[in-house]
Amino acid sequence: MIYWHIFMAFFIPGILGYGGGPASIPLIEEEVVSRYEWLTVQEFSEVLALGNSLPGPIATKMAGYIGFEVGGVLGLIVAVTATVAPSLILMLVLGGILYKYKDSPKVKRLKTYVLPVIAILLGEMTINFFVESYVGIGFLQTLLLTVISYILIEVKKVHPAIIIFGALIYGGFFL
Amino acid sequence: MKTQWNIFIAFFRTGMLGFGGGPASIPLFQKEVVGNFKWMTEEEFGEVLAIGNTLPGPIATKMAGYIGYRVSGIWGMINAVLANILPTIILMTVLLTFLSNLRDFDWVQGMTAAVVPIVGMMMGVLTKQFIDKSVKGLGVRFSLVLGVIVLIAMYIASIHPGIIIGVLLGYSLFKKDKKNNKNEGKRS
Repeated sequence: MIYWHIFMAFFIPGILGYGGGPASIPLIEEEVVSRYEWLTVQEFSEVLALGNSLPGPIATKMAGYIGFEVGGVLGLIVAVTATVAPSLILMLVLGGILYKYKDSPKVKRLKTYVLPVIAILLGEMTINFFVESYVGIGFLQTLLLTVISYILIEVKKVHPAIIIFGALIYGGFFL
Repeated sequence: MKTQWNIFIAFFRTGMLGFGGGPASIPLFQKEVVGNFKWMTEEEFGEVLAIGNTLPGPIATKMAGYIGYRVSGIWGMINAVLANILPTIILMTVLLTFLSNLRDFDWVQGMTAAVVPIVGMMMGVLTKQFIDKSVKGLGVRFSLVLGVIVLIAMYIASIHPGIIIGVLLGYSLFKKDKKNNKNEGKRS
């Protein structure tokens, strides 16, 4: 029964959360804190704060930890599967259809029509990251890190991994 | 075997470097999938990103799973998703289980703050690439018109972008014109 609850608690946010994992966090909170009362609001926000300072998708980290707390390793597997599988299956079906007809003029036209929409979505995320950075570390640090990382990653073609490690060390000492 | 190892490495790196949740790893996905391993062209990657945005749920796992599947079938899919999410889930669970006081972890937030502008920069570069592609495919004027319509729909009418892409998808697939009907006939 507990595994069914875990499944539902993460299936619903996964299937209703439009806009990626971060958008589904309030929905996860609704299930985990209000409906099933596995965590208090305070505990949830602490877990979320830690999750946000670690790398990787946030929805799966939250699902993994809460699933583990509530139902052990099996609970973890159930929670993560409920988060990932439904939308991934939809993705494979829709992607498969478009891939099958990839040479059809209609699908080709579709690919061109969505370009401006994707550009706007990415642009919105870009602005969000810069606003977050400005609020967090101020204008000068943001500008400095942006310019240096642009030169190294985009002009000198250094692998982003090296630059991100460098930034973590820099942040540890100076921020 | 080599392929599976490459899939593992590509999605492990994007997971471990994506500070700021799944969306922050989109530019990293693009660098690995299009740049490093050349599994997809820019156009195909854009297409995957577009379908991913029409559907609900976490974006990183949808993209990892779908790209893994395209590269190497069902095992590629499982490999990609697990490589992307498992390391950070384990990290999170272990830290929360053994860390008595979460405040001990505050210094990490300073470290990750330095990564935010870098993610913003990579996202900005990716945005520019999509603007260029849009201009190339649709022309400056049509891109601009479509862009403004989408902006109004998103921010003034508050229509969700997933729905907008869904409508565009439906429109381009079902809009009738003679040439396309002929091709459709041949296939069915």
